[in-house]
Amino acid sequence: MSENEADEAGAPAGGFGTTGPVMAGIDVGGTFTDLILVDGRASQGGRVTVAKTPTSIDNQAFGVIAALEQAGVEVADVDLIVHGTTTTTNAVLERRLAKTGLITTAGFRDVLELGRRTRPQPYGMTGSFVPVIPRDLRLEVAERMDARGRVLTPLDEDAVRGAVRRLLDAGCESLVIHFLHAYANPAHERRAAEIARELWPNDYVTVGSALLSEAREFERGVTAAVNASVQPILKRYVARLREELAARGYRRDFLVMNGNGGMISAAEVDREAAKTVMSGPSSGVMAAAYTGRRAGFPDLVTYDMGGTSTDVALIRNAEAAVSSEIEIEYAMPIHLPMVDVHTVGAGGGSIARVDAAGLIRVGPESAGARPGPICYGRGGTEPTITDANLLLGRLDPARLLSVGSPVSIETIRQAFADRIGVKTGLDPLAAAEAVLKIANLKMAGAIRMVSLARGHDPRDFALFAFGGAGPLHASALARELGIPRLLVPARPGITNALGCVVADLRHDFVRTLNRPVPALDEAEIAAVLAAQQEAGLAAIAREAAQPARIRTVRSADMQFVGQTHLIRVALPDGPVTRDLLQGLFEKAYFARFRVSLPEIRANLVNLNTSVIGEREALDLSALIDPAGRAARLDGALRTRRPVWFAGWRDTPVYIREKLPLDAVIEGPAILEQLDATTVLEPGDVARSDRDGNLIVEVGHILEAGS
Amino acid sequence: MTLDAITLSVIEAGLQQVCDEMDLAFSRAAFSPVIAEANDRSDGIYSAVDGSLIAQGLGGLPVFVGVMQYSTARLIEMIADGRCLPPEEGDVYIVNDPYLGGTHLMDVRFAMPVWRGGRIWCWLSNTGHWPDIGGAVPGGFSASATAVEQEGLRLPPVKLFKRGRMDPEIHAIIASNIRVADQRIGDIRAQAAALEVGKERLTQLLDRYGDTIVEAAIAELRRRAAAQMRAQIAAMPGGIWRGEAIVDSDGVVDAPLTIALAVEKRGDGLVFDFSGSSAPCAGPMNSVLATTLSSVYLAVRHIFPDVPLSAGAFEPLTVTGYEGTFLDAKYPRPVSGCAAEVSQRIAEAVFSAMVKALPARVTAAPAGTSGNFGLGGFDPEAGRNFVMYQLSGGGYGGAIGQDGLTNGCSTIGISKSPPVEIMEQNFPVLYRRYALREGSGGAGTSRGGFGLSYELELLRGDARASFVMDHGRVGPQGAAGGADGAVNRVEVWRGGQRHVPPHLSKEQDIELAAGDRVRVDTPGGGGYGDPKKRDRAMVREDVRLGYYSAEDAERLFGPF
Repeated sequence: MSENEADEAGAPAGGFGTTGPVMAGIDVGGTFTDLILVDGRASQGGRVTVAKTPTSIDNQAFGVIAALEQAGVEVADVDLIVHGTTTTTNAVLERRLAKTGLITTAGFRDVLELGRRTRPQPYGMTGSFVPVIPRDLRLEVAERMDARGRVLTPLDEDAVRGAVRRLLDAGCESLVIHFLHAYANPAHERRAAEIARELWPNDYVTVGSALLSEAREFERGVTAAVNASVQPILKRYVARLREELAARGYRRDFLVMNGNGGMISAAEVDREAAKTVMSGPSSGVMAAAYTGRRAGFPDLVTYDMGGTSTDVALIRNAEAAVSSEIEIEYAMPIHLPMVDVHTVGAGGGSIARVDAAGLIRVGPESAGARPGPICYGRGGTEPTITDANLLLGRLDPARLLSVGSPVSIETIRQAFADRIGVKTGLDPLAAAEAVLKIANLKMAGAIRMVSLARGHDPRDFALFAFGGAGPLHASALARELGIPRLLVPARPGITNALGCVVADLRHDFVRTLNRPVPALDEAEIAAVLAAQQEAGLAAIAREAAQPARIRTVRSADMQFVGQTHLIRVALPDGPVTRDLLQGLFEKAYFARFRVSLPEIRANLVNLNTSVIGEREALDLSALIDPAGRAARLDGALRTRRPVWFAGWRDTPVYIREKLPLDAVIEGPAILEQLDATTVLEPGDVARSDRDGNLIVEVGHILEAGS
Repeated sequence: MTLDAITLSVIEAGLQQVCDEMDLAFSRAAFSPVIAEANDRSDGIYSAVDGSLIAQGLGGLPVFVGVMQYSTARLIEMIADGRCLPPEEGDVYIVNDPYLGGTHLMDVRFAMPVWRGGRIWCWLSNTGHWPDIGGAVPGGFSASATAVEQEGLRLPPVKLFKRGRMDPEIHAIIASNIRVADQRIGDIRAQAAALEVGKERLTQLLDRYGDTIVEAAIAELRRRAAAQMRAQIAAMPGGIWRGEAIVDSDGVVDAPLTIALAVEKRGDGLVFDFSGSSAPCAGPMNSVLATTLSSVYLAVRHIFPDVPLSAGAFEPLTVTGYEGTFLDAKYPRPVSGCAAEVSQRIAEAVFSAMVKALPARVTAAPAGTSGNFGLGGFDPEAGRNFVMYQLSGGGYGGAIGQDGLTNGCSTIGISKSPPVEIMEQNFPVLYRRYALREGSGGAGTSRGGFGLSYELELLRGDARASFVMDHGRVGPQGAAGGADGAVNRVEVWRGGQRHVPPHLSKEQDIELAAGDRVRVDTPGGGGYGDPKKRDRAMVREDVRLGYYSAEDAERLFGPF
């Protein structure tokens, strides 16, 4: 069993099933730090407060504190803080890593640099790759196991001592021990770690097979190397934040969102620091799963569009898809169970250009935050998706341009005329419309490839739109994808922070059996699953916070004998027999590929168990203050303005926070709120549910070329 | 009919999506690691009239750029003149004949017509590299075949699926001529299912936009792809640039084969003239014309990756002078080296000519060999026969402002190499080392990337080793004063005796016993620009990291 768990608690008591009622979810994103505070004290009656502050780049803790201050809450009154962070993500992507050394099997120190013989793109014979650990800090020692875990060369313990001293002398703060075939027999890795720990001045010793017990030396090695090299950074950050919070009277331990969509005590998070590299995106997906479950939409495609990129994930039966094969950038695999979020390189800042063939291209170049779209007035000159939304009235020109920007709508119109119109013969409005259409098409294609194209029927799903720009494009995207409805949550712009407030405790276990189904021992299956569940329950018992309920999710990774790809099959409660496995797999395989292969045997590769500690249900209806809602739809109408839907249409603009819960809104309409703008296309019909989500029935598919 | 820029872009993206989803479906459902993991496959849409390329999946292996348009064209011809049975709805043809617009025999193509209103509207076709196709050598990469019959089973276009059902007789013939046949049924179903996915998605596209509009868009997109390619060419300086590449040997006769190339800019087109290249050879390093053309296209696409993949992009490119050379092999010349090795020498010849015209856009030569090492034998512990392949990468060429990538994939591939741990799980071998090959990157202002150095030992039983590699005689070419990358090296240690293949990079059926070892050093990339002008701090960093010894660095780059 790959025991990915910490050994002991040691954290002060805190929690959420059993503790006080004031909870704060804080998500630190690339640009903003978002906070959502749920005050369950009797005096406050579940009041929800949100705050948004600029992310403090050098030390994210300051932005967190600023967000708490903006929310107007005494930190000492907060019972539980749950935190999503991009500290480790940024450290890896920018290679601002702790100095880390590697001790590995003689003959194999370059594995981390050689990778799997790839290049970053199919065409273009260039590329560069910076290994996580530089070559001079990768040392070899004599030792060797064979593929079945038999010792071929005993461990040279003196060599280990020598290597440890050399790496210490070189100034390393973290250490990785990574030996060939350690997944089959970890004895050498463990002994080397023992020796290292006698000499190493801190806890930052990562043992490859302890983190990930699977074959594939490059992937396991990179996972371990990333873990070791972000460990001190995460630990320092957690300590700083803890100090800042303590100085303001917060006495408990806080929780950190892990990439698997579960929370873990801050005191324990750095042991498996690599799991936090997907902390931010996974919290948004967890919020979507939670919201969808309450709203009666258990099957979702999540769509989080921001300024430079778009994150997409698939949720089935209110469970986020989890993958153990995430690659966070070129040749940077992290093979730990993490929410399967795919990033598409299109966002509000994506630049539109006309190529040499006279075709309009949107992206991959992005104006980013600096200079940003033209409308930001920071020197951007090339038209972007955001500028197109503005020109077409989908975003409020008055509002966006009022931020002290010297840019006029005329400047934007002129940019579309000069840069798109001249070469295509389109007038500026048609050019802006074309940019949106092409951007939507491109996003829809990318979303299909990572979600629906894997054998799902779009009609079974709802599109969950969040992020600043998600609800702006969602209706048009849903048409492209053939998804019949949208779910726009009450607070689209702070969904990640909401994820921190609603996420569960979670511990994942993977056990590799790799045997044909007819050769399986049913008693062994039962024993493995039982042991996994037991280990998960024990791990949750050690957590600082105790859940309201515990549930267990079991699955099997299967394939036909001879295949390399895996299909994950959900296992029902009750005994797992060979016949059950065979049947479930054949059904899943046919559903995905429409191929049945009675000639070939099925193979069980992994048994997986996730033990999930659920928290008390959070009432989402307070996300928008019910007292602020108008009695009638008219009361929510802010203004009317012309918006371009293949022609100008006089379009009502509503204040989302004031919409009556029983209102039915027919598109075209614009719904504005503090953190997002939702566009209802002509033909759309939107209703609210009791949590204040918008459920949009998407109108008919647009005609070609119009 | 006039089409606006929006509709064109929308349909272009839609056609691309159809192909990308075929690629995905094929890989995800395939059995063979070579398809499922290494993505050695490609899917595309082809004209019903002449088979020309309409769109192709971006995840396909680069060597297949444009190649299926030739096999589809031949199939259309053969249906027209009665050599093939006419298609009916639900039929899928199978073909792997290299001389009918193919590559090597292992690349098996499926082709399926898409019907609209009672006529064929287009063809969908895909290629998958099958792990075995019969013939003298397991896996098909012969180093010394002298006729195509020795290389494996050759299939003319025949219907494998008739009206949606697989023909069990055709399948039985294939299955009884290839090794490890029992698992091929999974690949066959995956390959056919991918075409079905394509048909479904294409039908949705046609239903939504209308057949006539899509047809008009395809014609316009082709015209515009050609215009885009012409615009790139028009921006090049005028002139004739010469390039050359050397194939070590054909595997049978120990003499180098030369690819001589002159690239001439004529107006807004480019002419690639291969006259003066070597005559057809006795061994399997011949190239069939479809592969030769594709190799030129893929090299051009490496240089201009933004030009869309459609037949229009190839229009401004004229290839001549191949008649009578080993780049236009006719039956029964053996061809098993063409797709993996000769193709990369053709691309290298293109790079070496074009870097003179476009010094800021083209790199020095990359390693350019697939590094194919095959080992077949009997594993007494497992009690069964095994066939193993080790493909390996090498260094890429330096470019202005950028060193070459280390251990990059072959020019024609995009596939990952298998992990050592997986190889040792499956085969009776033990890797003694798997390391960066120090000193192998060609010196330059920007140096080449480094090759790979590995050594493995046969643990038990007996086996036969075969090598089909290249660049053993001369290294990947440097550019603009940069040095060549290191040559490929193969050493076999049998009973303690060192054996080097007489042809350096190619040999078949070397007998090994337990304890014997194989060592391979793959090429580094060519350097770009004068090594003496390399930033001294970068030279010092290269020495500090052990990429070059201090002595070598001083000799190659000057004092630092």
